[in-house]
Parts: sequence; structure tokens; C-alpha cells
Amino acid sequence: MAKIELVDIAHSYVPGEWAIQDINLTWEDGISSALLGPSGCGKTTLLKIISGLLVPTQGTVLLDGKDVTMLSPQERNIAQVFQFPVVYETLNVFDNLAFPLRNRGRDESYIKQRVNEVAGILELDHVLKKNAQRLGAAEKQRISLGRGIVRESTTAVLFDEPLTVIDPHMKWHLRRKLKEIQQSLELTMIYVTHDQHEALTFAEQVTVMNVGEALQTGAPGELHHSPEAPFVGYFIGSPGMNLFDAQLQGDQVVAGEVQIDVPSDVRDQLEGKQLKVGVRPEFAQLHTSSTPDGLVGTVSAMRMTGNSLIADVNTEQLAFKVRLPETSQIKKGDEVWAVFPPENTVVYANERAVHFDKKGVAA
Amino acid sequence: MTTTASGKSKADVQDTAQSRERREKKPNRNWAQMIGMTAYYAFLLLPLLWMLSMSFKTNDEILSTRSFIPQTFTLDNYITILSEPDWRNAFAVTLSYVAMNTILTLIVALPAAYAFSRYKFRGDNHLFFWLLTNRMAPGAVFLLPYVELYSSINLFDTPFAVALAHTIFSVPLAIWILEGFMSGIPTAIDETAYVDGYSFQAFFRKIFMPLIGPGIGVAAFFSFLFSWVELLMARTLTASSSKPIVVQLSRSLGADGWDWGVIAAAGVLMILPGALLIYFVRDYLAKGFALGRV
Amino acid sequence: MKIESNRGWLFLIPALLIMALNAFIPFMTVINYSFQDILPGLDPIWVGLENYVNVLQDPDFRSAFVRQLIFSFVILGIQVPLGILISLGMPKSGWKAVTALIIVGLPLLIPYNVVGIIWRVFTRSDLGLFPLLFEPFGYNYNVGENPVDAYGTVLLMDVWHWTPLIVLLCYSALNAIPDAYYQAARIDGASRWKTFRYIILPRMRNVLTIGILLRFMDSFRIFTEVSLLTGGGPGTTTSFLSDLLVRNAVGSFNFGYAAAMSLIYFYVILIISYVFFIVLTSVGTGEEGQPTAE
Repeated sequence: MAKIELVDIAHSYVPGEWAIQDINLTWEDGISSALLGPSGCGKTTLLKIISGLLVPTQGTVLLDGKDVTMLSPQERNIAQVFQFPVVYETLNVFDNLAFPLRNRGRDESYIKQRVNEVAGILELDHVLKKNAQRLGAAEKQRISLGRGIVRESTTAVLFDEPLTVIDPHMKWHLRRKLKEIQQSLELTMIYVTHDQHEALTFAEQVTVMNVGEALQTGAPGELHHSPEAPFVGYFIGSPGMNLFDAQLQGDQVVAGEVQIDVPSDVRDQLEGKQLKVGVRPEFAQLHTSSTPDGLVGTVSAMRMTGNSLIADVNTEQLAFKVRLPETSQIKKGDEVWAVFPPENTVVYANERAVHFDKKGVAA
Repeated sequence: MTTTASGKSKADVQDTAQSRERREKKPNRNWAQMIGMTAYYAFLLLPLLWMLSMSFKTNDEILSTRSFIPQTFTLDNYITILSEPDWRNAFAVTLSYVAMNTILTLIVALPAAYAFSRYKFRGDNHLFFWLLTNRMAPGAVFLLPYVELYSSINLFDTPFAVALAHTIFSVPLAIWILEGFMSGIPTAIDETAYVDGYSFQAFFRKIFMPLIGPGIGVAAFFSFLFSWVELLMARTLTASSSKPIVVQLSRSLGADGWDWGVIAAAGVLMILPGALLIYFVRDYLAKGFALGRV
Repeated sequence: MKIESNRGWLFLIPALLIMALNAFIPFMTVINYSFQDILPGLDPIWVGLENYVNVLQDPDFRSAFVRQLIFSFVILGIQVPLGILISLGMPKSGWKAVTALIIVGLPLLIPYNVVGIIWRVFTRSDLGLFPLLFEPFGYNYNVGENPVDAYGTVLLMDVWHWTPLIVLLCYSALNAIPDAYYQAARIDGASRWKTFRYIILPRMRNVLTIGILLRFMDSFRIFTEVSLLTGGGPGTTTSFLSDLLVRNAVGSFNFGYAAAMSLIYFYVILIISYVFFIVLTSVGTGEEGQPTAE
């Protein structure tokens, strides 16, 4: 397994249009990580550049410090599992797993031992003699993964939305298996997906992408607590972060009834930029009686999701969602006072978070 | 190559860009492929071009010298065909039975394909297979029965006879093609239409047929094609009043030897409909072959 | 889901009527005739299987049958690999692909008799372009007199005419293979040959089955083009089964005999096609694969 670094990567399929830009990322050896973002954000392009199926228009790819930008996937020893299962239809499971090794001319006794090992890890040992085409999607994906890890020299395994065609009830199972394998074999795995749940449960390190840019990289908790970009806040969490457009008025950032005091040294950083204020539904609080710093509003709708309630709240100028525990007595139509704790309220200037100590958020 | 992690200088990046260009030059074996493919295309085009060139030559020149470019360029051959009643009739006859065959085939095959696609009934697979076997029969098998049959119903020596006779091959094929396309349309559409109050005819005409448009196109294409190229039946079932081109071509084997220029010109004219057709549907062809994938 | 109902038969009525007229009745007629001696001027006499026996014992029939069999298998042996090879070399997208499609599709759209004529004028010693290619080598190429030249030219003509069918079929299958398969093969380190064998070929299986069946059936019935190119000669070098059948059907004095021959002809095609079909649709499902070092 290896450490992967991307330096100043940018790629354009059509002259003048950049699919991805300004990518500088590092994956440590043995890490499990995810590239998360909506369709079209460039994550698949990035994956292909990492694996070697695509040569980037600009930038360098380093594997353990070695420049591999021009090398093919084979030469980089990178394995990739695709969106839909790829198996060699005319071969049985054993021969499928053995394929990469035979292509490299290993001897049969080694191949036999290695294939059996991998088949055991992936729980495919009972179907080794079966024709690969006959198996279900989940098993086929395991075969794809198997072909990736059967080579001991594999540096990293990349996944391009591998659970797309898997039945919902099998997804969880397969995901857990992937995580097990990743941890026990200490493989570097990069997992591309648009499903935040998959990303956040699988990976130690998540990179959120949008419109060709890597917005933030960090542990799932970090992304949740301190989203560096509004999009990250919006995309992660269900429902995502509440975002309000804001203006600089005097020495305050004002968004509707929300007023945030801004220290003078920070003020300059905000001058002339597009401002937004964000707060997550799970951090916003609702009180049934008047509180200082509370914004007065009404609950316009109430929804049950999983084991919590989501309230849609409307104040005179703002609309947002608040997550409440199951036990909450608040009902639709109630008058409430919403409080946004300053430590969980984020100010964004030109799509980048500006950090400073915030004091009471006033109505 | 640097060995440090990030922080590569601009110069290093430029260097890699250049080596990237070097890397992407085509390997040698693609030259062999290009030569091979070009040779194949030339092989396909050469006989056609030769005939084209011949159609613009006089018979004297054809028999005396051999060159690609006609030395005495002439349109006489074409004029002969287009003005001589024999030739004009021949074209008219051919076009008429081809058109009739295509229309008749479609009229008959559409409901039949619908039956195979939407209904399960006793004997359906066997029937389907039987239909296909008709395509396997050597045309010669049917020669005498057809002559007797069409004589007895007074259709001998008319384009109708040929059009009807051709259906034995074009109907099974059309049903096969149409059934394939129809099966691609979910039955939910039929059901929705009935729920919405459409009568069957309205549903079929206004909703279903537009959906299988490409399929109808393909079936029509093959019916047209097959009928246009068929010789044996066309020759056997016609005599003096309805000679198709295929027969007229043989007639040009005049007493003085073959009227090569005219034959070549007739050949070119016979290729034209096919060539034009393929040119006009080239985009559908491309789509059918799933071109334009990235 | 298909509706289970005998109402399906209703939609088939038009098709069945036409096929009954054109296929079923004539076919029954031929079967009827095959059991009788039908001589001009005399009443038909029932002879049971005598005609069949005579056909099978006829040396002309046997030799034509063998010639036909060899021809068809040679055709398949050339056209299938060549077709696959060419399809691999066709451009994948853009205007180049459309142009290639048009060029490759042209021979398929030409009436069979025009094909024969094109090749006749292309290869005739006195006015063709093709014979010129042999002059530098001092070879006297003559289709009319030299059996080897005749047979070879017929082969060449059929390859010219029909390989495009295989090319187009394989090409469509090729374009349906998702990129991910090629990428996975690259990642697994497969050579070009292995990529072809384990990814491309399995996915061509369906179209190749169709192509092989069609080519077998059609090559076994070949008539018009050969008739125009060589007339079956020199001698019987290029006289295949259809030629024999047509001569018997049209020119013989016992139509019962011709009827029996045509039925035997038909059933041979049917049986061999069926065998091909079974073999082709069961090949390539490796259940019990032995670990083999490829």
C-alpha cells in the first residue's frame, strides 16, 4: 500500500472548460477515504487520474513520492472497482481472481494459494468453481474487489460508486465487508460516492467536492462540525445546514433577524465579499417561551425522520429547519423562539468560512 | 524526478507536461491497422468505382482501352435508360412492386408483431419459429407453385404477383424486427392508454407507433432492400408486360454482344436508391450503433 | 407482462393469410408433387419416395451438394474472422465512423444481380480492371476458362458482398461494451489478445450467432451473383446447389423430381442451421473451469 499525493491537478476534457481544478490532496498509506460530491462534481475524473486511466491536463500524481503521472494503472499497481460489476463472463470465479496474476506470469502454485486466501477473505470460497456470470451483483463486486487485492503489490484500491447496482438490503452488508477488509489488510482505499451516508460511515478521511473543486478534506466529524464551505455544510447532514444570505452592516453581519458582532480585525476580511451565515438544524434550539437572543417564529411543519423530529420554522424574515428530539412537545403551529448558539454558527465570506469568536446572536 | 512530496516547482510541472506529449504519440502497430483498413475500404470501393467509370464510357472505349477516367466522357448510357420506354417501364415496375411489398409487409407485420410481443398464446413460439424458417427456404422451391398460383388468380406477369411473392421473406423478417422493438416498450404504456380511455386503434396509431418509429424504419428498410435486390421470383413471375429492371438488364445482352455501357449505367442507377437511403439515415444508423460515446 | 389470451391470434390473421397464400399452400403443393412423377403431357403418377431416393442417388446432386458444403464452410471460415477483424478496426465515433459505415454498408444494398454484373465487368479479361493486376506477375487470369480463377473470384465476390454484414453486426456489439470493461482489463494487465478473448469475444457471441446462421443459410442458397459472374463454369466448378435446382425446376421434364430435390435442399439447410444454433448458443459457459496457465 502506498501514500498518494496529488499536486496542482487540473483537467479539461474540452478546451476552455475545466472539469477539475486546483486539486492538492494527500492520502496516507493505509487510509480509508472517500470522495464525496453530487453528480458532475468531478470525482470520477479525479479517480481516473489517480488510477491512471486518465492523464491530467496539468499537475502531478505521486505514489510514495514517485512521479507516476504518466504511468498506466498496471504500472502503478492500482486496482479499481467500477459502478457495475465487471467480471470475465466466460471464466469461473477462480479464474477471474487468478486473471491478474496469470497476466503477470506467476506460477500456478502461488496463484492457487493466493486465490484461495483472497476468496476466503471475501467469502467466495464456496463458489470458486461457478461461472462468474451466474452470480449476483454483490458477489460479482466482491470478485472485482478480489481481482484488485489478489496482487500483493497493489498500491491502492479505488471504488467508483460500487454499490450503485446492489440491492438496498445487501448494501449495508457489502459496505461492512469493505470496511473490515480495509482495516484488516490496511489497504489504502479511496471510495467515490454521492451518498454522504456511505462516505461518512466508511471513511476516516472525506473530501467533499463540488463543481470541480475539492472544498474540504477532513474526518467525518470535522466536516460536520466545521464545514469550511457552505456547500459542505449543505451537502453533509440530513437535512443539511441552514444557510442565509447576509450583509455587512456597520460592525455586524446581519442575516434577517440574526445579528453577529464582528471584531474590527475580522471586519476587513468580510468587506466587499458575498456573505452567508449557516447553522445546522441539530445545533439550532427551539424554546417555547421567550428567551433573550431568541428569534420569534412559528412552526409551519413538523416531520418525523428516524428517531428525531424536523421542524420547519418561519420567522418574519427567515425560514429554516431545526432538529428536535423525539420527546419534544412542540407541535405544528406553535409559536417558538429559536436560538442559534454562536459557537455553532458559521460565517462564510465568498464561500469560505471565516473563523472568529462569536458572541450572542441577537434577534 | 523529484523525490519530495508536495511543493513541486512550476518547472517540474512543465517538464512533466512535455513528457506527457511524448508519451501520447501513437504506437507503431496502429500504422498497420490504418493500412489494413484503408486497403479494405479500397477493396470495397474499387469495383463500384470501376462500374461508375464504365457507365460514362462508350461501348467502343470500354472494349478497347482500360482507364479509370473515361477518355470520351458521355452521358449517353444514362440518357438511353431514362428515355427508352423499356428501361423506364422496368424502373417503374420495379419501384412499384418494391413499394407495394414494403407497405403490405408493414400492414401485416405490425399487428402480428404486436401479438407476439404482448400476448402469450398456445403455439406462439412454434409459430414464430415457423415464420423464420420461411426465410431459409431456397427461392427455387417455390418457383413452379408460384407460377401456377399466380396464373390461376390472374396475377401472373403483374407487379402485384412479385410484391406478394416477396412477402414470404419480408414478412417474417419484419415481424422479427418489429417484435424486438415492441418488446422494448413496457406494457404499462398500453395499460395507461386504456385507462385513459383510448380505443385500441387510437392507442396504436397515436401512441404506440410513434414509440416504435425507429423499428418501423428498420423493418421498412429491410423489406425495401430485400425486394429491391431479389431476382429469381421477380424474373419468374413476370413476362412481357411487367419486366423489372433485373430482367431488363439481362435483355441488354443484345445480339451485338453486351451493351456494357448501358448495363453499367443501369447498375449504377440500381445502386442509387440504396446509397441515397443509407446516406439519409446515416444519423439513425450512427445512433443505432451507439456511436458518440465518450 | 404478456397477456395470456388466445386473442393474440386475432392480430395474426393478416399475416397468417398472406403466409398461407405464399408459403404454406405452395409448400404443401411442393410436398404433394414430390411424391409424384409429373411428366409433360401425362397425368401425375403417385410414386411414393421414389423421387427422394433418386435425388439422393443422383451423382449430379451429390457432387453439387459436396461443392456447396465446401463452399459454405470456406465462406464462413473467411468471412467470420475477417469480419471480426475489420469491425475491430472501424473508427468508434465521429464523421469517420459514419463514413466508414456508409462505405461498409454499400455492398449490402446492391441487388444481387448487380453484384454479379459489377464483378463480371470488373474481372472480364477483355474489359475488366482486375485482370490488369495480374499482368506484372505474368499470370494469365481468366475467369471464363480457368477453374481456379473462377472459384477464387466467386469467393472474392462473396467476401466483398457479405463480409460487411458480419462487420456491421460485430461493430454494433463492440460499441455496446461499456468502457469500464476495457478499463478493468487494462488494470488487470491483460494483453490485447486477452482483452479480445475474454471481454470482446464473449460479448459478440449473440451477433456472431446471428451472423453465422445468416451467412450459412444465404451462402447455401447462393445463385444469382454466381450465375451472372460465371454461369456455373467452367464446367461445374462454380455450380452449386441452387444452380442445379433451378435447372431442374425450370428445365426438367419431371417436376416431381425437382420438388423432391428442393425439399431435401430445404431440410438440409434447416438441420444444419439448427445444429449451428444449438452449438453456438451453448458455447462459452465455463462452469467447471480448470485452473489453466494461459
